[in-house]
Order: sequence, then C-alpha cells, then structure tokens
Amino acid sequence: MVAQQTLNNSTEDKNPVIEINNLHKTFGADNHVLKGINLTLNKGEDLVVLGKSGTGKSITIKCIVGLIKGDEGEIKVLGQDIMNLNTKELNKIRVKVGFLFQSAALYDSMSVRENLDFTLRRHNADISEEEITSEIEEVLESVGLAEAIDKMPSELSGGMRKRIGLARTLILKPEIILYDEPTTGLDTVTSKEISELILSIQKERKTSSIIITHDMACAKLTADRILILKEGVVYTEGTYEELEKSEDEWVRSFFI
Amino acid sequence: MTSAIKNYFNDVGVLSLFIARFFKELFIPRYEFKEFLKQCYKIGYKSIPLVAITGFIMGLVLTLQSRPTLVSFGAESWLPGMVALSLIREIAPVITALICAGKIASGIGAELGSMKVTEQIDAMEVAAINPFKYLVVTRVLATTLMVPLLVVLADVIGVFGGYMGVNIHGDMSLYLYITKVFDILTFSDLLPATIKTFFFGFFIGIIGCYKGFNANSGTESVGVAANSAVVTASLSIFIIDMLAVQLTDLLF
Ligand SMILES: Nc1ncnc2c1ncn2[C@@H]1O[C@H](COP(=O)(O)OP(=O)(O)O)[C@@H](O)[C@H]1O
Ligand SMILES: [Mg+2]
Repeated sequence: MVAQQTLNNSTEDKNPVIEINNLHKTFGADNHVLKGINLTLNKGEDLVVLGKSGTGKSITIKCIVGLIKGDEGEIKVLGQDIMNLNTKELNKIRVKVGFLFQSAALYDSMSVRENLDFTLRRHNADISEEEITSEIEEVLESVGLAEAIDKMPSELSGGMRKRIGLARTLILKPEIILYDEPTTGLDTVTSKEISELILSIQKERKTSSIIITHDMACAKLTADRILILKEGVVYTEGTYEELEKSEDEWVRSFFI
Repeated sequence: MTSAIKNYFNDVGVLSLFIARFFKELFIPRYEFKEFLKQCYKIGYKSIPLVAITGFIMGLVLTLQSRPTLVSFGAESWLPGMVALSLIREIAPVITALICAGKIASGIGAELGSMKVTEQIDAMEVAAINPFKYLVVTRVLATTLMVPLLVVLADVIGVFGGYMGVNIHGDMSLYLYITKVFDILTFSDLLPATIKTFFFGFFIGIIGCYKGFNANSGTESVGVAANSAVVTASLSIFIIDMLAVQLTDLLF
C-alpha cells in the first residue's frame, strides 16, 4: 500500500503538463516584468497563482499560449516546447489549452449560441448541425446557463459572462484551463458559484488548471497548490494550509 | 521631428507587411464566405442611401455651376456631356471614396479596435482561430468589391441629378440628355475610372483593418484608431487618384 502510494506520487511528479523554466520578458527598453519564472503544473492539479497587481501573472499565462512571446527561457506545454513552434503546431496545442480572460472577451457582435458555434465549427469541419446544437446545449448546461443561449453578451451580467467565456473554452474539450482572475469584479455569492464551478469542472473533466486570483475564498476552495509571485519571480509555494501559517509576514498578509 | 519621420516610415513598413499578409492569407482555406457576405451587406447595402444622396447633389450642383460659363460661350449643348465626364472620371469616384473612408474605414477601425482592446482578437487567437482571416480578409474583400459598385451607383444617380439640373432652366427630354451624354463619353473614360475605384476600396478596407488591428490597449485608443483610419484612408485616396490620373494620361 505504502509502496503503491509512493509509486503513484512519483509517476504524478513525472507527469507535468506545463513546465516553465527561467522565463524572462521585458517590455520596451527597461520594463523587465518577468525575471526568471519557474513553474510546473502537474496533470489533474489546480494551481493557484497569487501576487500583487502588475507582477506579471497575466503575462506568464499569456506566454503559455503564445499570445506574448517570452524573451528567454523555456515553456513546455504537453511535452512541446512552445517557444519554438510555428503557428500551425502552436494552434494544435492551443486547442488543448483553454484560456478564460479576465474580461471573458466574448464576441460582442455574436449571440451566446454564435460565440460557441463559431469556436466549435472551426475545429470540426464535418460536424453535423444536430451535433453542434447538442454540444452547445450540453456545454451551457454544464456551466448552468442553458437559458442564456439566445442572449447577446451585452445582456449578460458579469458572472454570466464569465460562465459563457468558460463554456466557450470548454466546448473544445481542453486538457488544461488557464483562468485569469475568474472572480474579480464579482459579488461574493457569484464569486463562490464560479469557484465551485471551476472545482466541479476539474473533477468531472479531469482537467489541470492554473488559476490566477486575488480571491482567497476561491483559492482555498480550488487550490491543490499555491504559488506566490513577487516582482517577476516565484517567491514561494505550498498548500493553502502551509502558506497560511507561513513565518513570512508578507506571505501571511495574503491570507487575511 | 526626426522621431516623427521615423514613426512615419515605421508605420508604412508595418502596413506593407500587413498588406503582404492579406495576400498570403487570401488564398489559404478556410474561406469565411458567410462573414464576407455579411460585410458586403453592411458595407455596400447600408451605404446606398448616403452615396445616392451625395451622388444626386453632385450631379445637380455641378450642372448648375457649369451652366453660366458654357452659356456665355454658347456651348450649352455640351452641358450634359461635360457634367457626365467630370462626374464619372473624377468627382463621383473621389467623393464616394471619401465618403466611404468616413463611414466604412472609421467603422472598421472602431470595430476591430474595440475587439482588440477587449481581447476578443486575442480570444480568437488562443482558440486557434485565425482572426486575420475572419476579420481582415473578409472586410478588405468586401470593401474592394463594394466601393466600385457604390461608385457606379453614384455615377448613375449623379448623371440623373445633372438631368434635373438642366431642366431647372430648360426643357430637355431624358432620352436626348442621355444621347448627349453618350456622344461624349467613351470607353477610355470609363475603364481607368473604374479600375482606380478597386484600389480606393482596397485601401479603405486595409487601412481601417490595420488601424483597428494594431490599436493599443486602453479605451481611448478605439477613438484614435477610428480617427486615424479616416485620415490615412482619405489621404491615400488622393494619392492613388493622383497616380491613377497620371498613369491614365500616359496610356490613353
Ligand atoms: N502589452 C504590454 N506592453 C507593455 N507592457 C506591458 C504589456 N502588458 C503588460 N505589461 C507590463 O507588464 C506588467 C505586468 O502585467 P500583468 O501580467 O498584466 O500583471 P498582473 O500580475 O496584474 O496580471 C504591467 O505592469 C505592465 O507594465
Ligand atoms: Mg492580470
């Protein structure tokens, strides 16, 4: 039993879906934002990233999907070195990595149905109309917003927009999901609902996630492991319980 | 001052790359045919009232303004032909294109600019959807095809406006008026004038898209994108017109 446990642990350790080594990024001449980020996301894990505004959390996950190109270092996603891929190869990885923007970034000119349809259709050339409809209904069901199917994004509340944004990434059945401040700007009740949704998605779909947040309730609920960024480097990491009791006052200040 | 010049050349360089990318992506499937039709409707059909009204007024006013001079030379019978000639060769294409720069280039600049600022373009990118193909190729094709059609519409309505202008002072049948127009108008008037409108349309579309696609973050940059799309597109229309007229002068 003990032996099996250690075996499980060691295989899990060797199963990272994202590995970042010594990632650097400078904007303009002297805005050195990322100063050597090291980060590993293991399969099936929910990794929460904390850090003050402007420390480069969003930039880090944008580098993972190739939206921003890092200057130096290595990023491996699902075994592929994404800093050296061409667009076609990169797109194959991008389909497997869902990205939920802080603003949800729904396509304003399209209804909820069209937002999902647009994404789905472009990755399944020979899918039938019935399949499209049933996939859309199913994914909306799973984010709890089946009734919003014919609404326009402008008619949705902040929490609903996040859910639809999530549905839009889920419809491609990603293995990894990156959440950029999923609960920022939402009221406490809605924040809790979104956090629970994140957790349930990870349970049901066996996805691995990186969750950037300032919302400690969300972190407590979802995190298997927490990473704290400070001035462009990883300052410390640990479980919620470990970091809560940290000796370091600055680290503890996140948990008040 | 030197940095302004540097910026200008930088801008021209990046725009050239943008144009090159357009031609590269134009021929690679998947073709976004539905979006293209939607843009044709939005760009072409929705501009008809504006272009029709300005076309009519151009024809009418041009006739009224030219008439006294021709009358004093005793050449009043040239009026229909002369008005048609200036309309079709120069005034209708340029004025219509400028109106389209104001309406369409700014619309595209603002639309794509706000999509850029609200990360919708990035959202397509991370979903492995090519935003250039979906947004830029469709719009540029639509303006390239629709602006010439709108110019033809302005030509026809402008000539009809000229007919109304002639009849304010005299009495001429529509049949006679049109005969007089075609007496003077030749194929070599129509062809170069039509060819240049495709270039007008292309640059209206590509500049609108370029400005929107490259908008900086921050909401104020949407306004900047729309505004500079109009200014740059209008200027490019005059430059293309100048080149086209000189070339026509050499060839025809
Ligand atoms: N597109 C950009 N161009 C220039 N600088 C940028 C850009 N995006 C972000 N930055 C800089 O990077 C810093 C970190 O940004 P970000 O990763 O968004 O912070 P956060 O940790 O709050 O998500 C910002 O303070 C900003 O100075
Ligand atoms: Mg951020």
